[in-house]
Amino acid sequence: MKSFEISRRNFLQLSGALAGSAILVGCGGSKTEPTEGATDLSDAGIFKIGGIGPITGAAAIYGTATKIGAQVAVNEQNAKGDVLMELNWQDDEHDPEKAVNAYNNLKDWGMQILVGTTTTKPCVAVSAETNADRIFELTPSASSVDVIGGVEGTNEPAKDNVFQMCFTDPNQGIASAQYISEQGLGTKIAIIYNNADAYSTGIYNKFMEEATARNLEVVSETTFTDDTVDFSVQVGDAKSKGADLLFLPMYYTPASLILAEAKKQGYEPKFFGVDGMDGILTLEGFDTSLAEGVMLLTPFVATADDEATKSFVAAYKEVSGSDEDPNQFAADAYDCVNAIAAAITAAGVTADMSAADICEKLIAQFTDPSFSVTGLTGEATWSTTGEVSKSPKGMVIQNGVYVSMD
Amino acid sequence: MGLLTNIINGISLGSVYAIIALGYTMVYGIAKMLNFAHGDIIMVGGYICFCAMQYLGLPPLVGIALAVVGCTCLGITIERLAYKPLRQAPSLAVLITAIGMSYFLQNSALLIWKSDPKVFPSVIKLPNIVLLNGQLTVSPISVVTVLTCVVVMMGLTLFTQRTKMGKAMRACSEDKGAAQLMGIDVNATISMVFAIGSGLAAIAGVLLCSSYPVLMPTTGSMPGIKAFTAAVFGGIGSIPGAALGGILLGVIEIFARAYIGTQLADAIVFAVLIIVLLVRPAGLLGKEIHEKV
Repeated sequence: MKSFEISRRNFLQLSGALAGSAILVGCGGSKTEPTEGATDLSDAGIFKIGGIGPITGAAAIYGTATKIGAQVAVNEQNAKGDVLMELNWQDDEHDPEKAVNAYNNLKDWGMQILVGTTTTKPCVAVSAETNADRIFELTPSASSVDVIGGVEGTNEPAKDNVFQMCFTDPNQGIASAQYISEQGLGTKIAIIYNNADAYSTGIYNKFMEEATARNLEVVSETTFTDDTVDFSVQVGDAKSKGADLLFLPMYYTPASLILAEAKKQGYEPKFFGVDGMDGILTLEGFDTSLAEGVMLLTPFVATADDEATKSFVAAYKEVSGSDEDPNQFAADAYDCVNAIAAAITAAGVTADMSAADICEKLIAQFTDPSFSVTGLTGEATWSTTGEVSKSPKGMVIQNGVYVSMD
Repeated sequence: MGLLTNIINGISLGSVYAIIALGYTMVYGIAKMLNFAHGDIIMVGGYICFCAMQYLGLPPLVGIALAVVGCTCLGITIERLAYKPLRQAPSLAVLITAIGMSYFLQNSALLIWKSDPKVFPSVIKLPNIVLLNGQLTVSPISVVTVLTCVVVMMGLTLFTQRTKMGKAMRACSEDKGAAQLMGIDVNATISMVFAIGSGLAAIAGVLLCSSYPVLMPTTGSMPGIKAFTAAVFGGIGSIPGAALGGILLGVIEIFARAYIGTQLADAIVFAVLIIVLLVRPAGLLGKEIHEKV
């Protein structure tokens, strides 16, 4: 057998071939393929909608939900035929740098409107870009005020082209304190929050302000970080100070540990969560009896009984090909696409306009006080800074399902 | 009563750290390498036990046995494929390989079991132990964890002191070259150390997840680092040192959280490590080795 020897000549040939193919690949890379399941229509009169969110990596659960939720809405809009859309969803792995790369890919593809990004940190990076490029952006779920900028509690400049479909973190804190005080849910309140997480801390700060204003007595405030697994001290502190309501502004993973720890300690206060708590019931292996009686403010529940929710859940399962219920991220993304479609119709925007022209028209439409959109997550209106105003729904978990408290 | 509760919680958390630290210290003591993938083997052990109980409906004891067997095989395979070829390489290369292995395991777990967390069903299904008219509640898993830690530590000490294989391990630890000349199969001995260390990791994984029931691909990394700290704290290479270091670290962590502030707990844990190492560079029970010049 003749062995392949690397001579100078064939080395040069090989490197030449490699360089050539690299150039070809480089050119090909700028052309991005539309995501799977995207509707393939001819170019005339079709809006190019870009989407960004993590569909791989640790935050994949959120990005996948928003991607499918948006796709369901696009399919419905195309079936209706008034506003034709094509959705191109890009992965950012919950990484700001990759999100900006994904955004640049979408710009090359000719994106006119952006639905995204799903998570906060990448969204802060991308919204600065869309603001400079004048591309209209509506995020389903990036809830920090840094995303929209120009409001209290942020150092970011105002980004007039960026709007949110979810509550901002501060608004959730205020709404929670209002709800607890108005419904008289607790007299002594304990709070456990993640001081390494902007979402959790943001809600906590505003909750405290509002709670003080409303004379709610907060007896215990303890913190944890992303790596904390032992909550014995935090729960023990709340228990020993006699708190009858434990407020948990956090995602459902640490919340599930806190519920387990409370059971371990034989402590049974009322638990009150925020929208990050949504998902706790679908946590694999979770003993739903632990969450019995847990209250939360969330804009959407998949088990709700209305027609819109039921048909969305069915369509979601069909597009995703799995039997899992959509979460609020999916519902927010669905509402995003429909809100954009409604604004396009109301403002008389057409698909042949440039992204910058569309952006100005849509900003005017979204900030118009008479413009409101009723979606799965409630009736939404927007302020000039881009914050959404919706009324949160109080839910309580009974026998493993969400039941409305109102 | 708060004090007693905190001591119990601290010892319980510390016992988990101790079992993990025992694996770290065994491998370091004998193979003279820091196996940073140890924390991720814990996570794999947790997942194996979870799958056995949740998907196959097997009883907890069988799940634990499967986890131990699975992790032992994994440990031996990792050693054979990733570390053995580097036996003569500088220790930095082995260290980097171990970190790489850690990421490899985490990302493989992400592919296999996906990113969404799983809730681990406790392997102990007994009611809480209520003492002193309900003022003190002790969970049965804490008791089991502490007992397991004591049994494992004593077993390992006896094993290294009283058995032939243990003697071979001590010989390899002192001088690999001389041990080989005396007819000890160094490679087999090191494989055995990895087998034991990984088996312990599986047990630690099951106990960790039973006490703190959330299982994710990153579950093992922070306890792994804390246990490594505990091993250094107690004197790396020393078996009683690892157990003592682990339990002290757990108690310090809980006390810092309870009496100084929840925000500062981790900072204090690592500050204690720095102070101990400044005062006693070899750790609490470590041997000071004087280099002959």
